Amino acid sequence: MTGRNAWAWGLLLIWVVALPATRRALEASMVAHMLVQIPLLVLAGALLARCIPAKLRRGFEELDAHGVPGMLAAAFASSYWMLPRALDAALSDPLAELAKFWSLPLLVGVPLALSWPRMGPIGRGFVLANAISMIAVVGWLYREAPVRLCSWYLVDQQVLLGNALLALALLAGAGCTLRAFIGPLRRYPPPQAACRMSRST
Amino acid sequence: MMLRSALCALLVLCLGSAGLWAGTDGLRAFTSEQARRLAVQRTPRPVPQAVLEDQDGRGFSLDDYRGRKVLVDFVYTRCRSICGALGAAFQRLSHDLPPASDGAMLLTISFDPQADTPAALKRYAQRYHADSKVWRIARPQDEATLAALLRTFEVVVVPDAYGEFQHNAALHLVDEDGRLMRIFAYDQLEQTAEALQR
Repeated sequence: MTGRNAWAWGLLLIWVVALPATRRALEASMVAHMLVQIPLLVLAGALLARCIPAKLRRGFEELDAHGVPGMLAAAFASSYWMLPRALDAALSDPLAELAKFWSLPLLVGVPLALSWPRMGPIGRGFVLANAISMIAVVGWLYREAPVRLCSWYLVDQQVLLGNALLALALLAGAGCTLRAFIGPLRRYPPPQAACRMSRST
Repeated sequence: MMLRSALCALLVLCLGSAGLWAGTDGLRAFTSEQARRLAVQRTPRPVPQAVLEDQDGRGFSLDDYRGRKVLVDFVYTRCRSICGALGAAFQRLSHDLPPASDGAMLLTISFDPQADTPAALKRYAQRYHADSKVWRIARPQDEATLAALLRTFEVVVVPDAYGEFQHNAALHLVDEDGRLMRIFAYDQLEQTAEALQR
């Protein structure tokens, strides 16, 4: 997918997600709202980021050492849209819905796509550990809350979302753990080869 | 470059924190239920001039209670869960209210006016031994009135798969000027009684 194509795919994705029928279908269930619609909007932002002009991208990179400011913006914006109040507002207030449709692509998708590749392994590990633990905590809260947290959704939807978030955190945690202990080691040269390389340089 | 990035990160940190602070009313409201309670307390809002019909089939308007405090809750009489707690709360509060013409009133409004006929409202009143001098059970006369009431009080009613409803349950205090001024949880009986008699 070229940068120009990605731009078109990003806009097309936002348009499809914003279509009344798609919007109603995805927002009818709490799980689809948080785990399908919101990630699709983030993905649309990531696609849009691929066609940002080189000059603008360089300007962003100058202000985004190690990807920290961009990742902070993505963390704040995504945290807000995990709040029960934000989900309710998106359903009852057209302005909040509009804010969701522009903030998730632009404040989460774009910075994630631009800042993630610029982060070092420690930064990435830190972000992943925090994101996974946040998803687990939010999932646990949705699952165990003694009251209905979202006025616009039934309580069984809330429990279902809690279970889905906990499963997601578990899978992501397992994936990261496997990758940390198995995946990247394969890319490093064996110690003897590394020694030979350092002697020859 | 590092300094500019650090400043940029600081700016994002400040803006993000301010956004989350504002979006949660200073970290006090993470749900829309908490948010509406704070919003009403901060800015009381006028309630609509709703025409209702009570358990005896008598029509009346919310405006008839200008000059008196009215405690309002929203139920449907078939409800087997949260409405029971609301009914029990009103029953306890009604014991402490003298039946005076200028005293506080309790008003239960059904959001299921099709099913909640005056006969059904009467059964609900009998279940909780409601004295109609201090506690009226009523239903809106039409859908527009119901919609206006639910909108103003920010009560959200969601039908479930079993023909029942899930809804936010609370005690809504309307002041003498006809403004919704406080929303209490149904277990905050002491604070509610105090606010009614103040």
